[in-house]
Amino acid sequence: MLRYILKRFLMMIPVLLAVSFVVYFLMDLAPGDIVSSMAPADASEADIERMREELGLSGNIFERYTRYIGNLLRGDLGMSLSMKRPVINVFFERFPATLKLAFGSIFIALVISIPLGISAATNHRSWIDGTSMVLSMLGLSMPSFWLGLLLILGFSLKLGWLPSGGSGFFSAIILPAITLGAAQAGNLTRITRSSMLEVTRQDYLRTARAKGVAENVVIRKHALKNALIPIITVFGSTLGNALGGAVAIETVFSWPGVGRLTVAAINVRDMNLATGCIIMFTIFLTLTLLIVDIAYAFADPRIKAQYSR
Amino acid sequence: MFKKKSKVRASKKRSYMSELWRNYKKNPSAMIGLIIVVVIIIIAIFAQITLDYNQDIVQQNMKERLQKPSSEHIMGTDQYGRDVLVRVLYGAKYSLAVGIISVAISCLIGSSLGLIAGYYGGVIENLILRSTEVFMGIPSVLLAIAIMAAFGQSLFVLMLAIGLVYVPMFARTARAAVLPVRDEEYIEAARVSGVGDLKIIFSHILPNSLSPIIVQVTMGVANGILTASHLSFLGLGVPVPAPEWGAMLSGGREFIRDYSFLTFYPGFAIMITVLSFNLMGDGLRDATDPKLKQ
Repeated sequence: MLRYILKRFLMMIPVLLAVSFVVYFLMDLAPGDIVSSMAPADASEADIERMREELGLSGNIFERYTRYIGNLLRGDLGMSLSMKRPVINVFFERFPATLKLAFGSIFIALVISIPLGISAATNHRSWIDGTSMVLSMLGLSMPSFWLGLLLILGFSLKLGWLPSGGSGFFSAIILPAITLGAAQAGNLTRITRSSMLEVTRQDYLRTARAKGVAENVVIRKHALKNALIPIITVFGSTLGNALGGAVAIETVFSWPGVGRLTVAAINVRDMNLATGCIIMFTIFLTLTLLIVDIAYAFADPRIKAQYSR
Repeated sequence: MFKKKSKVRASKKRSYMSELWRNYKKNPSAMIGLIIVVVIIIIAIFAQITLDYNQDIVQQNMKERLQKPSSEHIMGTDQYGRDVLVRVLYGAKYSLAVGIISVAISCLIGSSLGLIAGYYGGVIENLILRSTEVFMGIPSVLLAIAIMAAFGQSLFVLMLAIGLVYVPMFARTARAAVLPVRDEEYIEAARVSGVGDLKIIFSHILPNSLSPIIVQVTMGVANGILTASHLSFLGLGVPVPAPEWGAMLSGGREFIRDYSFLTFYPGFAIMITVLSFNLMGDGLRDATDPKLKQ
């Protein structure tokens, strides 16, 4: 098992390097030369070249990328030109807010989708099933920023119950988390339902029923445990969707997270900051996916057995 | 004897689409999805023919700014006095174009990569799979944002960006569809009788792994429209003053307290469009593989 974990971690390194290179390369293509816009108007070619060297921006893309990664490993992502502060500091200042929002939304999605998915499956082809399928389809099809604006309109502007933006107090997270959770809930409800339907067809459930186990115990103890395994597998992609969706939701609710920061950075052409944010986001997501994979192997004895040599 | 056999085969080949259609039309929600999609396409075409972009869509009329919905302006007018209904109808074209063309891009590139990976296996397969992992590690909205930042903001780049973002998904779908087919005897037979690799892939493997790709295409259009509206909402998609729904919504945001119709209608249009493509995708999945139907 330890060997499996180690192997997965080692395999992760080239992926991380490739991902960060893709982002670095794309952002490098973006128009706007930082150095010439920073340099004073009367700077000579030689001055600009010297500045380029000082900022670590000389050389071809591979040289610059290698330097960038080297600095990254030392915890240095360069300076944010718009904020006049190190990118890494700005990022870690904002990152907790994004994480809070992402996990809040996943929590809400799970609270909605698991009961809904189970009752849809156990009442297969009934009106409960139909309603939950319609709801989950709507959740999947709604643009999340639109839902967010409608919630702001209803709950903060008309009813005045919840704040429409900001952070720092608990009630501020409710609307953004619901907004971001709705789309995840749509997906998770469908997954819970279909995996529950799959499980209820298995022989061991028939055995349990045949030996006289009460129906609700069959569902709770025998079916649910197995039906929830796919939910763990999609946790990684759910988190990825939540983090990606957070970009728009943070803008809607003025939530002080990394998503809004990234968009703002691109709008003012602070490419250093934008690149740093996207790369850090991606590294975080990749590592989380790996941890989920390992946790999954632990949770499912069938998979654990494959690697326990 | 031989004649009879080939006849049977021919009729089977013809019936793939009609079989699909027979299963598909039994499903009422899938039919609703299809009908709405057809209606939206007709609207987009008619709006394109009958409306003049400069006069009806982007020209400002400050005398009539921010009028609430009335019989004259069914969805009201925006902050520049432009009719919201007309703009919403005209905007259908952007969402459809972005959704369909971006999916065409990702399907073409992704499915080819997936077919190649699945057919050849070995190092090529590994290489392609690992690279899809790389691209899937970046959240799709952020990857699209990075591509838009790199190549500048325009409708064309938006299609390209979203198309590229969804390439890995098609590659994986197509590869997964090839795997069960690639060791079949008829593939072996074709290879032994000297048929080229390309011909085998396109005339023997592709038709047999078509179903999941068709489903993915429909779902991909829905996802593409949603991602595009996301980017436009953030001001990184179709540039203003084009009446792209996400951009209209974003423009109406600051007036939401008193003029909520400015945000409501464009968002509703996005939802209906995405919903109908999703319904179609679900219906197609059930129709292509009745075993999966639950």
